[in-house]
Amino acid sequence: MLLYLLQRVLLLVATLAFASLVVFGVLEILPGDAAQVMLGASATPQAVAALAHKLGLDQPFATRYFAWLAGIARGDFGLSYAYDSPIGALISDRLAVSAPLALIAMALTAVIALSAGLFAAQRRGKRGDFAVMAASQIGLAVPNFWFAILLVLVFAVKLRLAPSGGFPGWSAGFAPAFGALILPAISLGLVQAAILTRVTRSALLDVLGEDFIRTARAKGLSRRAVLWRHALPNALTPILTIMGLQFANLIAGAIIVENVFVLPGVGQLIFQAIANRDILVVEDCVMLLAAIVIIVNFIVDVACAAIDPRLRRRAA
Amino acid sequence: MSKDGFFARARRNPSFLVGAALVLLVAGAAALSLVWTPYPPAAIDVPHKLLEPSAGHWLGTDSLGRDVASEILAGARISILVGVIAVGIGVIFGVALGLVAASAKGVVEDLIMRLSDFAFAFPALLMAIMLTATFGAGVVNAIIAIGVFNVPLFARVTRASANAVMAREFILAARASGKGPVAIAFEHVLPNVAPVLIVQATIQFAIAVLAEAALSYLGLGAQPPQTSWGRMLSEAQNLLYQAPRLAVFPGLAIMIAVLGLNLLGDGLRDLLDPRLRARR
Repeated sequence: MLLYLLQRVLLLVATLAFASLVVFGVLEILPGDAAQVMLGASATPQAVAALAHKLGLDQPFATRYFAWLAGIARGDFGLSYAYDSPIGALISDRLAVSAPLALIAMALTAVIALSAGLFAAQRRGKRGDFAVMAASQIGLAVPNFWFAILLVLVFAVKLRLAPSGGFPGWSAGFAPAFGALILPAISLGLVQAAILTRVTRSALLDVLGEDFIRTARAKGLSRRAVLWRHALPNALTPILTIMGLQFANLIAGAIIVENVFVLPGVGQLIFQAIANRDILVVEDCVMLLAAIVIIVNFIVDVACAAIDPRLRRRAA
Repeated sequence: MSKDGFFARARRNPSFLVGAALVLLVAGAAALSLVWTPYPPAAIDVPHKLLEPSAGHWLGTDSLGRDVASEILAGARISILVGVIAVGIGVIFGVALGLVAASAKGVVEDLIMRLSDFAFAFPALLMAIMLTATFGAGVVNAIIAIGVFNVPLFARVTRASANAVMAREFILAARASGKGPVAIAFEHVLPNVAPVLIVQATIQFAIAVLAEAALSYLGLGAQPPQTSWGRMLSEAQNLLYQAPRLAVFPGLAIMIAVLGLNLLGDGLRDLLDPRLRARR
């Protein structure tokens, strides 16, 4: 396991380095000079040159790339051109909204999906299975932003129970801030749960069709013991893998849902930065989200290997 | 185990029947919109804006007086176009990479999987945002972003299922009988992972439809005057208090399309997976 872990950590570092190179490289393929793009076509050459110098754009690519990396390593994400303030502080302000949103949504997803999937798999072909599958089919088919709009329509426009959007800030107290995240988290989490429910159910059914399950039943184990001790651990690998992948979708979904609810999260920051041509902010945000996804998938890989020894023997 | 043919069994499979009917409905709407819509879908008619549904305008009109029913019909075209191309890209490249990874193992497998991990670090939407920031918004960039995202997904699913298949005895037997890795991959592994891929392909088609709607909702996909369900929803969001129905119809259209695709996939899975059939 130690060797396996070491291998994975090295790959993690390599993947992160590769990702950073591509994210940074996007700035290079941007048509035209970045400083020119930021200032617009009407800017004087002197202003463009001054900005380019201020942003260090007149340095060679490698110098800027390593300066950027070294900055990130120190926790210095650079200066936002449009906000004229440190990007690290900008992002951490926005993360205070996005991170809880993603975590609440993911927790909702996991709880709903695992219980519903387990419930359905045990009742294959019966009424309970049919009800769960029908509900998950509807959930799968509903776009999260449409669901979010419908939630606004029902709870804000018709019932007037919740604000149609906005975020009071954590300084306003836990309850109002948490309350502002509930509808967005539901619109994100329920849709994700529909997918994961199907994965959980089909993974369990696949395992339940294997010979060793029949053997376990034949040697006298109860249905419940077979399910928890033999079927579930074997079904967990695909479930965890999909959960890791869903995390990337969740982060992307959060960008849209933040848009519906006018939440000041990372997604909104990215959109404003693109509109403002604030390229360093886009770069830092994308790199941050990419790093989160890479690390989450690394954790999933290691968790799968911990659950299923066959995986680490093959890799090592 | 049933000895009936595919179509005889298909007739008894409700998922397949309902899914096929819904998919045909959406495909039919797209085809119909090519030759006929009640009104031109992009025709602005401000004096008749925000009309309630009536005999003249079945689903009413939007804030610019466009006929909503015509827009819904025309919106099906973009959804299907994006879905077919984006999933096609994913299946062709992803399955090939997944099979190579599972057959080759070692460095090649690691390299392909690391590259797919890397691609996962850029979810479709994030990638589309970067693409549009760089190259501009539009349907083509949306298709590329969604399609590229599908490649590592199919690679990963193919490899995971293929590895499970390759651990089985009959692969060892095939190898012992002198078959090469390519023959094994195509003759033994691919048929055994195909049901998983079919289910995945329908889910991905559905996700592609959803992603197109999301991108167009954000203003990154279909551009005016192209009609897209996502763009209709984004316009409707500003009119939630005046005309909530505008936020309902495009969403229902997306739901019908996605529901149909998913049910069809489920039905096909039941029909195609011999192991599932034997268990009945």
